[in-house]
Amino acid sequence: MTTLALPLPRPTHPTGIWSWITTIDHKRIGILYGVTAFILFLTGGVEALLMRVQLAAPEQDIVSAEVFNQLFTMHGTTMIFLAIMPLGAAFFNFVIPLQIGARDVAFPRLNAFSYWTFLAGAIMLKLSWFLGGAPNAGWFGYAPLTGEAYNPGHGIDFWMMSLQILGIASLAAAFNFIVTIINMRAPGMTLMRMPLFTWMTLVTSILLVLAFPVITVALIELMFDRFYGTNFFVTQAGASPVLWQHLFWVFGHPEVYILILPALGIVSEIIPTFSKKPLFGYPVVVLSGVIIGFLGWMVWSHHMFTVGLGPVANSVFAATTMAIAVPTGVKIFNYMGTMWGGSIDFKTPMLYAIGFVFLFIIGGLSGVMHSSAASDAQQQDTYFIIAHIHYVLFGGSIMALLGGIYYWFPKITGRFLDEKMGQITFWIIFIGMNITFFPMHFLGLDGMPRRINTYPDGMGWDLWNAVATAGVVFLFVGLAMFTVSAIRSWRNGKRASGDPWDGRTLEWSIASPPPEYNFEEIPTVHDRDDWWSTKRRRAPAAVPVAGGSGENGHDIHLPQPSYWPAVVSIGLLVGGYGLIFNVAVAAIGGAIAMIGIYAWSFEPVNEPDDGAAH
Amino acid sequence: MNARRSNDALHLDREIGPLVDSVVEAVERNDREAIPPQVNTRKRGSLRLAGVVLLGLVAVVMSACYPDHPQSTFDIAGPVARSQLTLFYWIFWAAVFVFVTVGGALIYVAIRFRRRPGDGDPVQTHGHTKLEIAWTIAPALILVVVAIPTILTVFDNANSPDPDGLTVEATAHQWWFEFRYPHPTNENEQIVFANELHLPVNKVVNVNLHSEDVIHSFWIPKIAGKVDMVPNNDNNMWIQSEQLGEFYGQCAEFCGESHSKMKFRVIVESQEDFDQWLLAQAAPAVEPVTPLQVKGSELFRSAGCSGCHATSAIMNLAPDGSQLKGRRGPNLTHVASRGRLGAGELPQNPESFRLWVSDPGSVKPGNIMATEGKPYVDPDSALSEQDVSALVAYLRSLK
Amino acid sequence: MWVFLGSDCMFFGTLIATYLVYKNKSIVGPYPIDVFDIPTTSVSTFVLLMSSMSMVLSYAALRRGRIKAFRIWLASTAIMGATFLAFQVFEFREFAVHHVEIDCVEPGKLTEFETDIFNEFCTEGVEHYEGSHGLTPATNLFGTTFFTLTGFHGAHVTLGVIWLLGVLLYSFKWGITPDRDLDLDLAALYWHFVDIVWIIIFTVVYLFGVFEGF
Repeated sequence: MTTLALPLPRPTHPTGIWSWITTIDHKRIGILYGVTAFILFLTGGVEALLMRVQLAAPEQDIVSAEVFNQLFTMHGTTMIFLAIMPLGAAFFNFVIPLQIGARDVAFPRLNAFSYWTFLAGAIMLKLSWFLGGAPNAGWFGYAPLTGEAYNPGHGIDFWMMSLQILGIASLAAAFNFIVTIINMRAPGMTLMRMPLFTWMTLVTSILLVLAFPVITVALIELMFDRFYGTNFFVTQAGASPVLWQHLFWVFGHPEVYILILPALGIVSEIIPTFSKKPLFGYPVVVLSGVIIGFLGWMVWSHHMFTVGLGPVANSVFAATTMAIAVPTGVKIFNYMGTMWGGSIDFKTPMLYAIGFVFLFIIGGLSGVMHSSAASDAQQQDTYFIIAHIHYVLFGGSIMALLGGIYYWFPKITGRFLDEKMGQITFWIIFIGMNITFFPMHFLGLDGMPRRINTYPDGMGWDLWNAVATAGVVFLFVGLAMFTVSAIRSWRNGKRASGDPWDGRTLEWSIASPPPEYNFEEIPTVHDRDDWWSTKRRRAPAAVPVAGGSGENGHDIHLPQPSYWPAVVSIGLLVGGYGLIFNVAVAAIGGAIAMIGIYAWSFEPVNEPDDGAAH
Repeated sequence: MNARRSNDALHLDREIGPLVDSVVEAVERNDREAIPPQVNTRKRGSLRLAGVVLLGLVAVVMSACYPDHPQSTFDIAGPVARSQLTLFYWIFWAAVFVFVTVGGALIYVAIRFRRRPGDGDPVQTHGHTKLEIAWTIAPALILVVVAIPTILTVFDNANSPDPDGLTVEATAHQWWFEFRYPHPTNENEQIVFANELHLPVNKVVNVNLHSEDVIHSFWIPKIAGKVDMVPNNDNNMWIQSEQLGEFYGQCAEFCGESHSKMKFRVIVESQEDFDQWLLAQAAPAVEPVTPLQVKGSELFRSAGCSGCHATSAIMNLAPDGSQLKGRRGPNLTHVASRGRLGAGELPQNPESFRLWVSDPGSVKPGNIMATEGKPYVDPDSALSEQDVSALVAYLRSLK
Repeated sequence: MWVFLGSDCMFFGTLIATYLVYKNKSIVGPYPIDVFDIPTTSVSTFVLLMSSMSMVLSYAALRRGRIKAFRIWLASTAIMGATFLAFQVFEFREFAVHHVEIDCVEPGKLTEFETDIFNEFCTEGVEHYEGSHGLTPATNLFGTTFFTLTGFHGAHVTLGVIWLLGVLLYSFKWGITPDRDLDLDLAALYWHFVDIVWIIIFTVVYLFGVFEGF
């Protein structure tokens, strides 16, 4: 076959750093996502720590007002876009193909591209600390504070370029997972037999695909304003800053569910496994997830109750927001229904899952409190809201993601994450989380606005601020212990079999860590929780052992590694940097990306001679 | 024990439904025969524990919101804040109820069904339709209970009970508040004031909210919840205080570098005091008397202060009745009569004036005076120690 | 592809929403009524519609294995797309140099924008005024939203033309058959989508912009 491909040899590194850069194996990409996101999560934690130190006592001047504003902007942006979302993506990558009985995702190279682009966006954002100051207008970037007139520095430029790059990464990943889940399920796995985590991934991906265009357009409009003098958000030309808020929250609220639905999916896997019972009311749990995803589009203005949309709009959005509590409540009741009559094993993943449910109840209830538009007028933009979002995002998403790490760690590494340390760490984090965030409810009701870098003596906020800061110490100790034990367990933890938890879904039917081709033979699915029923039907000897034989692997046809996804991502990074500082650099970045795309499109999935046997 | 699985709901209901029902009933009746005694005591113990923990939590919540704190939303002074607080309590107790029931149930289930040595596989129940319908409807009912008062309050607080009453124009700037009152005798004029809002007690006051630059939010926790001040998108609200005294207000929407320093005070006084105060504000500025004050007043013009700060409190309305744009900085006609300086940041005393005039950026980083004011950006025009003293003397005279 | 189009709908939806929010909100001219030339744009709209038809014919020809007809229709689709783009470039240029001519003595019926210019330039002693008052993205909210929305659509058409030309090139170099159709149905789907979006834009932006009452 004649080829237009660039005359570069195909990468063939089996190990080493190049093998990671060129990999298109969904499991390796999942690990890359997970490790990168966890490191970024810790950087976001350090940003939070600095803020808490500054606020520990009144009238402190440890960081300046400007730096404080940069810190909370970066903390929010980091945690949402660089920590929770990619940690979710790590599990999508590693787990989804295994759960649906596939050898890889639908577009492996696009998947690699998603990761490298995510990394490019992360570097872009974090670079701002070293290139003239981080963005300082909040993660929500309300116009016109982000406009050239009020914010001439480069911080906002980095923020909007980075979010656009991250948007590309998220969109590509979401397309990939939708197609994977729709088209690549093993024979017999009907939609209503899919594991809950796969279901929630599907809903999340659909939300992503529909929500990210909105924020991307808003960011492009902002970018045109800042770079090319257009007037989208220039109030002097008559623009309405409320437009930005609508666009941002039409994206922003589905985004909240993008952060929480994967967590619900993870918990929906852990609770049945450790209760040894199937998920109670499976169709209802699936349906409630879909309804949450759907209603998520009708509630965005509850972030804008004080903007002055009028009593009619506020009432409607209050009602729709309250409606979301129903499917959420149903999920929680069904979790309890699953545990009822079960045989609950309090291994670390289960502790995190129950911790999740408990904290999520609190976060959900404070959510209902400010869904009441009138009462929210006192709570909007106070510490009460901070308490709420941290109960939902830390108590919710992060607890579930940590539980997910403990749950799938044996599958990923072939070793258990230290159980004893896990139990201790859980309690430290659980208690620390409550000490940090519960007092913020009091602070908010006591009239402390958010995003203030300091407060005078005599406001009555001293005690609970000091307590909250003390709680952060617990969180840091807990997370440090987690990090250390994860590294140690990865190196020489206790060996795990292919099915260490007596699992229910397909990923536990193969060796740990899984061979590159995942399944020697694509399984045929007969049931929900197919692996559980398979196990219970046949002799225990059929349970896979650690390591796996892999002997039959050599004739399985796998796509080959590629340089080009990473090249395109580098092009995007350079291009984004260039748009901020120098058009010539932007052109170079564009050229790199174009070369990458060109080479990528003419590169066959497999070299013809290599795949000739098939 | 191998579970049999089926998607047939009817079949399931027949097979498992009675089982779940009997367990539920047994728990409700505290039936000692259906539940082993040991489980029962543990259950009671855990419930008692949960109860103690929750009561403790509620006690902490109630004691945590000391009503005497200056911005407490529990120590309310007017009808708007009261309606918001009533609603809050309503939802709060509903939430406590839900939390106690659901959280308690979670802990109970977790403890009761923990794995014991020798456990086999439990019965593989898949669901229970009636139960699921019940727990879908239950939260919906609670939400209706919450939604109805919410919507009523939303409309109450949006519609002023006295739309023709006193109307104050509030304009936000980075990082201070400008207030304009209608002139008591001349309807084409406004009286301009900054950072201190005076209200007659027990009167409905309408506030029109504007912004000159970015988005801010107008919030007096003890009198009314916040409403945003959005450029090109004017809002309005109504407030009323039933108590005399001084209340704290603060900007609640992030508005840039010195957001945390953007505050104001609300002085609620009797109608007579209020009328007197308004007349006093309408008066022209006091003429400088001492030589130092005279020097200060000359400096006020020559150093460029007057370019941004007016020393006449009267502004005309535009021919169409709309208000005209004021100068960039706060009106200083009667600055020395205010309780606080620097948008609520500093006490009213000579040291505060001195601090602000000599280094405004140290009080409010990034403010226009510090970043653009000629004496602060151009070393050649910097104010000498004597200049500062003269300006302070002049400003202190502007009662 | 359907997923992609769903996502793309959100892109266009947001841009159109932005345009509508800012409709009639510009503080200075020119306004839509000053610059739009409905007959010209109608012609280009018609060309784009016809390109959709030829796309259908091309696809049908390929299905029936008539490679030559397939190529002709495909080429004509691409050419019509390019024609549309040429119209758009021409139109953007016209807007950017928008020419205003006013008889200051007997002005006749002037638009709001022309009245503004009349007030500003027809001072004492000026009998005739002529000048360029172009619309660029930086001029006002109309310019900002108009150029972004139509430019974004233009970029889609450009991409479509490149895609079609790529398929055409491929068919000459390596051949194309009904079995190996390079997912022509996807290209066709995309082309129709871009076409439909234009109909919406044409209606919302151009027609609503000129006829009063909207």
